[in-house]
Amino acid sequence: MSAPFASIDALAADLAARRVSARDLAERALANARRHAHLNAFIGVDPERALAAAERAGNARGPLAGIPFAHKDIFCTKGQRTTCASHVLENFIAPYDAHVAERLDAAGAVSIGKTNMDEFAMGSSNENSAFGAVKNPWDEARVPGGSSGGSAAAVAAGIVPFATGTDTGGSIRQPAAFCGVTGLKPTYGRVSRYGMIAYASSLDCGGVLARSAADCAHVFAAIAGHDPRDATSAARAVDDVAASLDAPLAGLRIGVAREYFGAGVDDGVAACVREALAELEKLGATLVDVSLPNAHHAIAAYYVIAPAEASSNLARYDGVRYGHRAAQPKSLDDLYSRSRAESFGAEVKRRILVGTYVLSAGYYDAYYLRAQKVRRLIAGDFAQAFGDVDLIAGPTAPTTAFRLGEKSNDAIAMYAADVNTVAVNLAGLPAISTPAGFVGGLPVGLQLVAPAFAEARLLNVSHRLQQVTDWHARRPEGYA
Amino acid sequence: MNLDHATVRHIARLARLALPDGELDAVSADLTQVLHLFDELQTANVEGLNPLAHPLDVTVTLRDDAVTETDRSETLLALAPESQGGYYLVPKVIE
Repeated sequence: MSAPFASIDALAADLAARRVSARDLAERALANARRHAHLNAFIGVDPERALAAAERAGNARGPLAGIPFAHKDIFCTKGQRTTCASHVLENFIAPYDAHVAERLDAAGAVSIGKTNMDEFAMGSSNENSAFGAVKNPWDEARVPGGSSGGSAAAVAAGIVPFATGTDTGGSIRQPAAFCGVTGLKPTYGRVSRYGMIAYASSLDCGGVLARSAADCAHVFAAIAGHDPRDATSAARAVDDVAASLDAPLAGLRIGVAREYFGAGVDDGVAACVREALAELEKLGATLVDVSLPNAHHAIAAYYVIAPAEASSNLARYDGVRYGHRAAQPKSLDDLYSRSRAESFGAEVKRRILVGTYVLSAGYYDAYYLRAQKVRRLIAGDFAQAFGDVDLIAGPTAPTTAFRLGEKSNDAIAMYAADVNTVAVNLAGLPAISTPAGFVGGLPVGLQLVAPAFAEARLLNVSHRLQQVTDWHARRPEGYA
Repeated sequence: MNLDHATVRHIARLARLALPDGELDAVSADLTQVLHLFDELQTANVEGLNPLAHPLDVTVTLRDDAVTETDRSETLLALAPESQGGYYLVPKVIE
C-alpha cells in the first residue's frame, strides 16, 4: 500500500489496481488524524460520514475518486457542523452543501472532517480560532499560518493529500508557505463562493492546499467553473490545467518584484526565493526586474476594505435566525448586541468596529472610498507589469513561521506580515505558493502571481520546479 | 489622540456590539492604533481615479424569471434558537 505522503496519482493508481480500497485510505487518514490530534488541525472529524462517502466513492470515476481530504470549516457541508471557528456557529448544522463541497463529492473525494482556521478567516496565524490554536508540524511551538492553518497542517502532517482553503488576503498561500505545502489561490470568481461563509465578498476566493502542484491541479479542475448561484462566478470555460502541467518553460518571462524583497523580508527567506528562481532560470525562464510602485499601500487599503465588507457581511449574526442567542434579552437591540458581543472573538470584533467606522458618515470618503481608489492603483501596477512579463515572483511571506503568541497581542505586526499577499486579492489575480527551501528547518514559500485566469501557467511553473527540486517532498520529523 | 468614548460608543452601537463602559479605554486605544495604519493612504495620488469595487469588471447577468427556490422553511426555521408556529421569535418590539 502506498505511503501516507503518496501523490493523488499514486493513490488513484493503487485504487484502480485494487491494491487498496477507498475505505482503506479513509481509515488511514482517520487514524492519522487521531494520531496527530495534538496539532489541533481539525474542528471536527467524522469517521461515520467519511466511511459512508468511501463506500459511495466506488461508483465515481476520475482522479479524485476515493481520495481522502478535509474541508476548511468555512465550507457548508449539509447535515454537518460548520462553525467557521466561531462560538457564534458552534452548533450550526449546515442545511446545504457549498458548491465546492458538491463538486468534490461528485468527484468521489472522501471528506474526513473539517479543519481548524482563524475565526471567520480573520487572521494570519490560526490563533484566532474559538477552538484553539493549531500547531505547525515543522515546529510545534510555531504557528501554521492562517487563516487556513488547519488545512495546511493536516496536509503537511500527511493526514490527508489535500484540503480545501479560502484566501481573502493570503489565507491559502501564507499557511502553505509556513507548512511547506503548495497552495493555489485561483482568480477571483473562478471558484464559486456559494456556501462558503462570507468574510469580504469582493476578495474571498476558494482554493486548495496540497503536497504538490500536480495534486493542486486535480483539485482545481474539480472545483473551478461557473455556478449561477454566485453572481460573481466567472462564466468563461476552465482551462485544462492537466494538459499544460508539463509544458516547457523556455521563453517564460518571470518578473521579480523588487518591492517584495523590501524591508522586513528575512535575508534567509529572500535567499531561498532567489535560489528557487535560479532553478526556474535553468529550466529556460528569463528573470526580469519589475516594480509594483504602489505595493506599500496594499496593507492599508486591504485593512480598510476587508473589514468594511466584513462589518456588512457579519451583520447577519443577529441571534435570531441561527447561531448564538443571548439569554433573556430585554429588547431586540439587546438581543442583537449581546448575542454578538458574547460570541465573536477579539479580532472579529476589532474588524467589525474598524469596518463600521470606515463606512460611517463623515469617514467614508477619507477611508473607504480612498482605499478603493488605491485598490485601482494596485491593480494597475499588476496590469502594467504583465505587459512585459508572464508571472510575478517574490517571497509568499516575509519570514518563516513565527512562534505561537509572538504576534497575537499586536494586531499591527500581524497585519504587516500579509504585505506580499493582500495586493493579489485586491487585484483579484490567481497566485500560488510553492515550496522554495528552508531556513533553520522551517519551510519557505515562493509566491508566483499570474494574470487573471492563468492558473494553468502557475500550476505548470510550480510543477516544473517540483520536478527538479525536492523541497515540496520533504516531511517534518516524526511525520513519516 | 485616541478616539473619544462617544465615538467608540457610537460605532459599537452602529455595529450592534454590546460594549461595557469598562472596555471603552482599551477599545479606543486599539481602534486608534489600527486607524493610524490607514494614514498612509493619504500619501497615494488617487486624483481622477474611479474607485475599484470589484476586481474584475464583471457585468451582472440576468437569469430567467423562474422559481428556483423550494420551500425549505421548516429546515431553516429548525436552525433558529427560538421559533414558534412558523415564525422567528424576537423580544417584543411594540408595546
